[in-house]
Amino acid sequence: MATKEEKRFAKNFNINDLPDVPTGLPPHLQQTRVVSKSNPLTANASYVPSMGESVKLGNFYENFKVDVISLTERDMEFDMIGIDAAFANAFRRILIAELPTMAIEKVLIANNTSVIIDEVLAHRMGLIPIAADPRLFEYLSENDQPNEKNTIVFKLHVKCAKNKTRQQVLTSDLKWLPNGSELLKESGGSTSKPKTYTSFSCSQDSLPEFANNPITPSDLQILIAKLAPGQEIELEAHAVKGIGKTHAKWSPVATAWYRMHPKVDLLGEVEDELAERLVKICPKVFDIEDMGKGKKRAIVAQPRKCTMSKECIRDDDLIELVDLGSVKNHFIFNIESTGSLPPDVLFTEAVKILEAKCETVLKEL
Amino acid sequence: MEHGSFKDNSHATFTLGEEDHTLANAVRFVLNQDPRVTVGAYTIPHPSLESVNIRVQTTGDPAKEVFKDACQELMQMNRHVRSVFDKAVTEYKAEQERKEKKAAEELQRQRELFGSMDIESN
Repeated sequence: MATKEEKRFAKNFNINDLPDVPTGLPPHLQQTRVVSKSNPLTANASYVPSMGESVKLGNFYENFKVDVISLTERDMEFDMIGIDAAFANAFRRILIAELPTMAIEKVLIANNTSVIIDEVLAHRMGLIPIAADPRLFEYLSENDQPNEKNTIVFKLHVKCAKNKTRQQVLTSDLKWLPNGSELLKESGGSTSKPKTYTSFSCSQDSLPEFANNPITPSDLQILIAKLAPGQEIELEAHAVKGIGKTHAKWSPVATAWYRMHPKVDLLGEVEDELAERLVKICPKVFDIEDMGKGKKRAIVAQPRKCTMSKECIRDDDLIELVDLGSVKNHFIFNIESTGSLPPDVLFTEAVKILEAKCETVLKEL
Repeated sequence: MEHGSFKDNSHATFTLGEEDHTLANAVRFVLNQDPRVTVGAYTIPHPSLESVNIRVQTTGDPAKEVFKDACQELMQMNRHVRSVFDKAVTEYKAEQERKEKKAAEELQRQRELFGSMDIESN
């Protein structure tokens, strides 16, 4: 039972009145706290919901620019200037999830005595990228028969001989079967010609695109499994067309990403000792400019190389002189293809798909 | 699918099935650029359901027409993007070929120079 004095004591008690309680942080902790002067919510706000200030339609057709920085068979880096983030994101999403590719879907295993169990082996086969143009094939739905227009058949038959050491099964061991499946379906004792799992009416070899150009996986050095002496794998794999939304194996890009072009501004003169310090912190972006008479100045040499690590604004003196942000409407796009199509074709197809989506919506209205 | 009122056709919600942020955000952006639009927005009722609701409210014009115009404009923008991109890529490839040819010619010229400097053959 609390007495009246005890209750009064509890009401008037303030812990900060006690002699030992510190009033702030100890000095060694206070100095290391870096407080950013800029408001984190708006500092790097690249996408500001605007009432027409970022991209106006009329200006779009005049101001839109594309600069290709690098382009190889597999990778591409290019700049898109004058477009809104909604579009850049739409293209990125389509590149990852809605561009069709060919990937192995059905694996018919005749014999597997390796240590990799059937389903794991089948899963790995599905993830192998196949260098076949998906535009030459049709989708295979449930009711369709697999034929030369919608299926690619591969065979894998590897046996590790008893006297050899461990053998690797690589994607180079996958053989393309242009005439379709060779595994026979079990028929109910009829005497007609035995059916296989696919019904190819003509050989895929005869098509002009594949005549002297056999279909192979995009990389021939991918390790599928390892076999010890005496182990064998015999299987047939059917590849069909699909999109990344259904399963990531059908994504045509290793990845596709974009970043906004960094905006690095010096708000005042950064001279001599401060300039040296700045360049030492971030030599990628800043550089020293000699102004003669022994005076030096820091300049922003390559803002594109900025990785937004914010090292340059950790320093108390520099935080007031460096302004870090992003240039609105300037997107640096990277596309890494897995091999089915070159990256510039991938992007063109992605734009076509967005167009097709609009058409579908318009038709329904 | 359009949800609106029979009396006032300037306000409507369009439900698109099998769509997500990819198309909806792009259409929303184009919609907001139209001066006739007072409200242009989209929501995704539930992420597990593939459905998008696009709300359009205009200053008098029928919402359906404005929405259709926005989609048409979006298609035109896409075509423009494609053409600019294709041009940039062909220019880049031509530039690369030019550089390679120059490098090959330079190499050839250097080889001939070194070949002619061979003392023993004279």
